[in-house]
Amino acid sequence: MSEIILENVVKRYGNVAVIDGLNLTMEDNEFTVLVGPSGCGKSTTLRMIAGLETVTSGEIYIGGKPVSHLEPKDRDIAMVFQDYALYPHMNVAKNMSFALRLARQSKTEIDKRVKKVAEMLGIEPLLARKPAQLSGGQRQRVAMGRALVRDSGTFLFDEPLSNLDAKLRAQMRAELALMRQRLEKNMVYVTHDQVEAMTLGDRIVVMHQGIIQQQGTAEELYKKPVNKFVAGFLGSPPMNFFDGILGESEGQLMVSGDGFTLPLPDEVKARIQARSEKAVTVGIRPSAFLLSPASGRQVQLELPIILSEYIGSQSVIVSNLGGQQILIEVGSDTPLTANEVLSFAIDPESIYLFDAEAEVAL
Amino acid sequence: MKPTRFLNRATPYLFLAPAGIILLFALLYPIGYLTMASFFDWRMGTPFADAVFYGFKNYAWILNDPNFHESFMVTITFASTVVVLEMVIGVGLALMLERPIRGMSVFRTIFILPMMIAPIVVGLVWRYMYNPQFGIFNKTLKKWGFEPIPWLSSPDWALPSVIIADIWQWTPFIFILSLAALQSLPRSSLEAARIDGASEWQQIIYIKIPLMMPVLVVAALLRMIDAFKVLEVIFIMTNGGPGLSTEIMSLQIYKTAFVSWELGRAAALSNILLVIVLVITLTMFLYTKARDARMARIQAAVEQY
Ligand SMILES: Nc1ncnc2c1ncn2[C@@H]1O[C@H](COP(=O)(O)OP(=O)(O)OP(=O)(O)O)[C@@H](O)[C@H]1O
Ligand SMILES: [Mg+2]
Repeated sequence: MSEIILENVVKRYGNVAVIDGLNLTMEDNEFTVLVGPSGCGKSTTLRMIAGLETVTSGEIYIGGKPVSHLEPKDRDIAMVFQDYALYPHMNVAKNMSFALRLARQSKTEIDKRVKKVAEMLGIEPLLARKPAQLSGGQRQRVAMGRALVRDSGTFLFDEPLSNLDAKLRAQMRAELALMRQRLEKNMVYVTHDQVEAMTLGDRIVVMHQGIIQQQGTAEELYKKPVNKFVAGFLGSPPMNFFDGILGESEGQLMVSGDGFTLPLPDEVKARIQARSEKAVTVGIRPSAFLLSPASGRQVQLELPIILSEYIGSQSVIVSNLGGQQILIEVGSDTPLTANEVLSFAIDPESIYLFDAEAEVAL
Repeated sequence: MKPTRFLNRATPYLFLAPAGIILLFALLYPIGYLTMASFFDWRMGTPFADAVFYGFKNYAWILNDPNFHESFMVTITFASTVVVLEMVIGVGLALMLERPIRGMSVFRTIFILPMMIAPIVVGLVWRYMYNPQFGIFNKTLKKWGFEPIPWLSSPDWALPSVIIADIWQWTPFIFILSLAALQSLPRSSLEAARIDGASEWQQIIYIKIPLMMPVLVVAALLRMIDAFKVLEVIFIMTNGGPGLSTEIMSLQIYKTAFVSWELGRAAALSNILLVIVLVITLTMFLYTKARDARMARIQAAVEQY
């Protein structure tokens, strides 16, 4: 319904700044996903938007209006709590309809909405049960249902699918994606699940230690991470990092480290001119190791299989490069035997470089 | 049945048996003795062996005694009024003072002091405060230009006065229990209610009170049982008077035994009080049980379908 703006938002507990100057604009009807490691301040951010936590300094605007002095009920929000926060003394139907009953909706309207949402979440048979009589995943769906029956302008989800099994989670994800197209609402969504983040988010915000590292579409973040943290956080299995030194040989910019010397694309050279001999961190995604013979400017690397993990559509190989453990992703139909040495091709275009100290992308 | 199977089943009970027997004896002996005494015309100063068997005459006599009827009404009025008012005030205060305010812990400590004072002392202090000439209440009324109130000397005022003293002493009990209950409520459910649009009042009515209910029922029950047995404070303040206006049953029992020396009749009266308290307790207990059972039945029915 209306954009949400966080302007220089700071949250301190005592002397510890848990959120440290957050600036974030979530456009009207945008689905924003907050991701980050545990304890980085995602829940705190949501709770400040909801009005459950005060902001220490800065301001939050919803639809252009500053809201930091408004009670949660005056902010037109619905929220799914990380710990569900169901009403223990009410059954599932009562839990879901509480807000509607407070808003004095008609009984037929309430019944209709509860039924519809319960159906969508697959919790219809549970409507008469109390929360204590539900499993964790069922509770989580009720918590979801309690938010979804409402007609709020903004929906806040704090890891709403974390406790569901893989199948149910995929199903819910699809429902959410559908709902997102149907409803014109702001949605802010916290998750640890990369697939959820990438598939649902119009905009993904990566947080670390109370600071936004980068925001953008899934593709932007995946292809152009601004720093080592974002590069390592998005993508599964995570990116491999090596220490390296920039150098030139025959007019070609190279990066070399323990066990490898890789050429870099010319446009990289243009970007970071005259910075040879510089210490860098080299990043290579597990999927960038190709099992085909090197062609063009690709480089060949011989790597041993120490261990391989079959994970369905893919296999992950644990290998070793210059004494450092690395992960490689290959198609699962590749025959793999331990201690075999395979030959991989690496495209210079798929190499990421980061400043060794500042860790920003070069 | 094989002997080992029998032993397996019986072992836990065998372990419990000694404690059970002692408990039963300690519990039932006094009640049994009381009941036996209630069937005799037993006077203070005569040995029980000389007492004349009376059958149910003591009970019949009491149930026909207008003084008992009066005392019964006084007791019911006293107990129900103090329980209701103490619950309302105690829970209300807890709801108001729950939020973190500075100096609150000191205030809380002061507030529960009355509960710790011996009942005799409470009776004396209040008797003095109610004194028509020197008491603080009438002095204050006089200073503000009001008529003095015959607190303990008028039949109309005596019971309310006694009730006020009891509320002063026992509201803190409800207060601390409610406060503990409030502080153990699930924080996040209350946050969810705020998000769902509940005002302070609606949070209290729809979330806080229902979640506190189990504690509140127990608190009310304890106060109810206690209120039926209160003796010392009223004994000191009014000794049941004027007339019978504050003669609660325990005081009547006391007087029957130690003023009229009718031990048998006092025993019968005690048993009647015991039955009344038991009936009230069981009713409250069964009511909560029945409510839970009804909920469970509805639930089961819905799930079947
Ligand atoms: N009431 C509090 N007092 C002090 N520190 C707090 C308080 N609440 C949260 N924190 C701290 O704030 C930081 C951020 O917490 P938050 O709950 O926002 O993390 P999160 O990103 O949601 O983590 P998770 O993914 O584990 O849910 C944590 O380091 C936490 O210890
Ligand atoms: Mg969290």
